[in-house]
Amino acid sequence: MGAERNAGGWLNFIAGGAAILAIALVLTRTIGNEYFFFAGYVVLQFIVLATAWNILGGYAGYVNFGSGAFFAVGAYTAAALFKAFGAPLLAQLMAAMVVSGFLGFMVGALTLRLRGIFFSIGTVAVAVICETMVVNWSFVGGSRGLTVLHPSASAFFGSYTRLLFVVMTVLAVLAVTIARGIERSWIGRGLQAIRDSEEAAECSGVPTLKLKLTAATVSGALMGLAGAPLPFYINFIEPASAFSLNYAVLALAMPIIGGTASWVGPVIGAVLLGSVQQVVTVTVSSELNVLVVGLLLVAFVVAAPDGILGLARKLFGGTRRR
Amino acid sequence: MLLVDAVIAGVLLGCFYAAVSVGLSIAFGLLDVPHIAHPAFLVLGAYGAYLLGEQGMDPLLAGTLLTPIFFVLGMAVYRFYYVAFEARGSDAGLRGLAFFFGLAFIVEVALILTFGVDQRMVEASYIGDSVSLGIVRLPTRMLVAFGVAVLLTIVLSLYLSFTFTGRAVKAVAQDETALALMGADPVRVKQWGFGIATATCALAGALMIIIGPVEPGLGRLYIGRTFCVAVLAGLGSMPGTLAAGIILGVAESVVLSSVGASWASAVAFGILLIVLAVRPAGLFGR
Repeated sequence: MGAERNAGGWLNFIAGGAAILAIALVLTRTIGNEYFFFAGYVVLQFIVLATAWNILGGYAGYVNFGSGAFFAVGAYTAAALFKAFGAPLLAQLMAAMVVSGFLGFMVGALTLRLRGIFFSIGTVAVAVICETMVVNWSFVGGSRGLTVLHPSASAFFGSYTRLLFVVMTVLAVLAVTIARGIERSWIGRGLQAIRDSEEAAECSGVPTLKLKLTAATVSGALMGLAGAPLPFYINFIEPASAFSLNYAVLALAMPIIGGTASWVGPVIGAVLLGSVQQVVTVTVSSELNVLVVGLLLVAFVVAAPDGILGLARKLFGGTRRR
Repeated sequence: MLLVDAVIAGVLLGCFYAAVSVGLSIAFGLLDVPHIAHPAFLVLGAYGAYLLGEQGMDPLLAGTLLTPIFFVLGMAVYRFYYVAFEARGSDAGLRGLAFFFGLAFIVEVALILTFGVDQRMVEASYIGDSVSLGIVRLPTRMLVAFGVAVLLTIVLSLYLSFTFTGRAVKAVAQDETALALMGADPVRVKQWGFGIATATCALAGALMIIIGPVEPGLGRLYIGRTFCVAVLAGLGSMPGTLAAGIILGVAESVVLSSVGASWASAVAFGILLIVLAVRPAGLFGR
């Protein structure tokens, strides 16, 4: 009974994912306004980033302050490969996934000794060290940055931004599918046990180290994927903006505002904050926009610790799944 | 000869690093509050000194005058943190961290909105001058910062060891329940301690703007430096803070003069990672 319902859930979920991909494809054929894809790309990129953060931060309770580093390492891997070999986008994505995944694995190894705030400070340290290395790496332009001209678009999509929009849609669906898969499996239950009490989990035979390394690697790889198309998207890459603290804050604020308990939370947070961000940046200023994010983050952790999902459950009186 | 210069400059710089970190040693080391917003408060203190400096006030005097305001601010922040997180108990870790991270972000963006992203500096007679000591020439502003930093660390060290309230702050770090059984309210003691930790940000922030120009994003670099010093010191140890600050200052200064300025900012984080991996209890850990 339970397995059947589960399979049905997966079927619905996969159908939903396929429908979203189809809609994205149709949109590239119908909407004329280029800005829609430009803004849509950013929202989708944040869905990937927020979902990736939540795998380690929400499920396992290890707060990563260095998301910007994984994102930027993905972007720089892609840019360096393109400059060196003229590698195609798919190869760039694969390489970014591997390199950022490895960085994630290393950060996962930090959890051997570091918990709570020490782990979080450790991730800040990793971020600054990565940034310093890139600044001193003259092949990718050091602190001056590197111009990366994307190849001309295929006739099907019309413009390269549209192609990247579809690529990011695929990545977003992929990220959410992986997060949902982890959440519903023994891995997710193990991670939750780690979050609640690592000692108790270890004592009950949960392979904590294996789980933490898995979560950190998957989380890092997905963040790298989110960053990989960035050089082609803006045709330029530069350390200060790629390693921007804004990515780290948003990657953490979106799941916390949406709700960290389920894969839906980061998606809600990313769509909401990502859209608000586009509107405020265009109409008022980008500084005010990040101030809004900071205020929302503090307001939510204080007043609504379970995020929008928690608020919705309270309002509609739904039964808690867990 | 160059190395001697670098080491002496590093010792002066290191005492300054100790001054910006004593507040964190108290808030994080003794009171166990995940105070990521500490560097943001330092920058806030620097801008306070800048504002008063614009009116012609000496930055050190400005920093001293601002300490009571920062003390009250710190008490308010701790009270809020306590009511919102510690009193509720469960899962304070993740949310407390996110709270202070968000707070730091708000302070930074508010400063950008008010003052812009340009660098700001103050004027005083001892800024820009230099003194020759035998073979080396030292900028006077570093000597001033050095003197104030050492004084601040020693005064705090004495305060925590010899006064009634100071010892209470140390006691709450050791055993909260025992303190409560002695009839003291641990929350009020921690609130007092956090107030003092924040008050040091006013004076240390003034030192920060004396040493060099300040911009709102500077707090991020100081996350590494302050936590490096606080952790290396062994949480909560005042003499340890001074020693750890000097170690970091010398290391940074030597890297600066031998490898180059662009690597210097990673030194603090590098030391921090090594200390966390090898000896999390720090040099003078309990």
